[in-house]
Amino acid sequence: MKRPTIDHSLIASELRRVERRFMLKSALSLGGLAMLSGCAIDDEPSVEKALATIMGFTDRVQAMIFSRNRLAREFSTAQITRPFPFNAYYDQDDIRVVDETRWRLEVSGLVSDKRPWSLAQFRALEQQRQITRHICVEGWSAIGSWSGVRLSAFLQHIGADTRAKYVKFGCFDDYSTSIDMETALHPQTIMVLDFDDASLPPAYGAPMKIRIPTKLGYKNPKYLASVEVTNIFPGGYWENQGYDWFGGS
Amino acid sequence: MAHRPRSPSLVTRITHWVGALSMLVMIGSGWQIYNASPLLPFIFPAWATLGGWLGGGIAWHFAAMWSLMGSGAVYLIHGMASGRLRRDLRPRAAHLLLRDLGLAARLRLTHAPATYNAIQRLLYSCVLGVVILAVATGLSIWKPVQLGFLAWAFGGYDIARCLHFALMCLIVGFLIVHVCLALIVPSTLFGMVFGRRVIVIDEDESS
Repeated sequence: MKRPTIDHSLIASELRRVERRFMLKSALSLGGLAMLSGCAIDDEPSVEKALATIMGFTDRVQAMIFSRNRLAREFSTAQITRPFPFNAYYDQDDIRVVDETRWRLEVSGLVSDKRPWSLAQFRALEQQRQITRHICVEGWSAIGSWSGVRLSAFLQHIGADTRAKYVKFGCFDDYSTSIDMETALHPQTIMVLDFDDASLPPAYGAPMKIRIPTKLGYKNPKYLASVEVTNIFPGGYWENQGYDWFGGS
Repeated sequence: MAHRPRSPSLVTRITHWVGALSMLVMIGSGWQIYNASPLLPFIFPAWATLGGWLGGGIAWHFAAMWSLMGSGAVYLIHGMASGRLRRDLRPRAAHLLLRDLGLAARLRLTHAPATYNAIQRLLYSCVLGVVILAVATGLSIWKPVQLGFLAWAFGGYDIARCLHFALMCLIVGFLIVHVCLALIVPSTLFGMVFGRRVIVIDEDESS
């Protein structure tokens, strides 16, 4: 089929009029957006910078009011949310599974013993069980039962320098996050081996996840692959995109 | 106090507008956060939300949190220290409230510029309480562990979250009424901006 030919000179004035109308319309709606929603406001680098600065201040306040002695509330078995929701930055079909007998936790950074750890080594240590509320940054929450080894006990075993600022967690699903040393040493911060009294299933982070009831969900990494003790700010998957780093509850 | 011009003080005016702007940011960013995991079977239209995505909404929410709490604290402390809070917002007797409600229902309530009528006193006191509760429930769902007593007082995380939403609805309802009335009586808007509403007041109004 042949396209109809258009003589542009004939419709030029018409086009200009339409163009002008559209320009006015978009200007109006942009103005409206800027006032009402700030969609245009926070694309401004200076505003983004200001928001990041305030976020840094908020994080410092969060660290200040955090207490290693204040415990998250524990619930009864009957209060456990069933089924516990699956949540990750990808769909349930994309869960990665590893051979648990060959899995090793890599250890690096400011520690005296950098040998990798097997699951059997973790199983041999004292286990802590908790039924606590997992709170997602989105607002929903769910109560679950987790048990495993205190992170503080593990840090002691590997001879970590607990004066260091950060503990970084790397995951084999390409996720990562990091926490402050105070939270790492909190008694309810555990390296989870079991969920609901059974081996941690793939949907919830098998073979090992970190459970921190004093922090939001995105600070509770699953599919753990490595632990690093460091003084260099490590950031994290969501934190690098704009979630606040401290993420405390 | 009689026969002296009375208008919102500079502190009242500054804290009013900082608080008002903070509240608008809190509402827009709060709707953004709500949309990430809606409590009810609806979400807020994107054009009415602030921040572009959940992370942006949170950044705005936690920024405006400080200016809202700051302006609120200055307003309350200044109001209590100067006695203005008591003078302006002290509830009127029940019969006066009923009288003013009757007048308002017949659209005959006059807006005495120098003093708040019984309905205004009630409405402003209530909204102050509602905003304080909104801040408290907000803090309780932000820090359910560190401020565990707050979360406990509001019935736990989930209930506190619903309360926070319900209080937002009350604030939005107040805002609509408040803005409409301020536009109907523009001299109040002028006074809240410039503070130069020179009016000779009646002696027994300030007693």
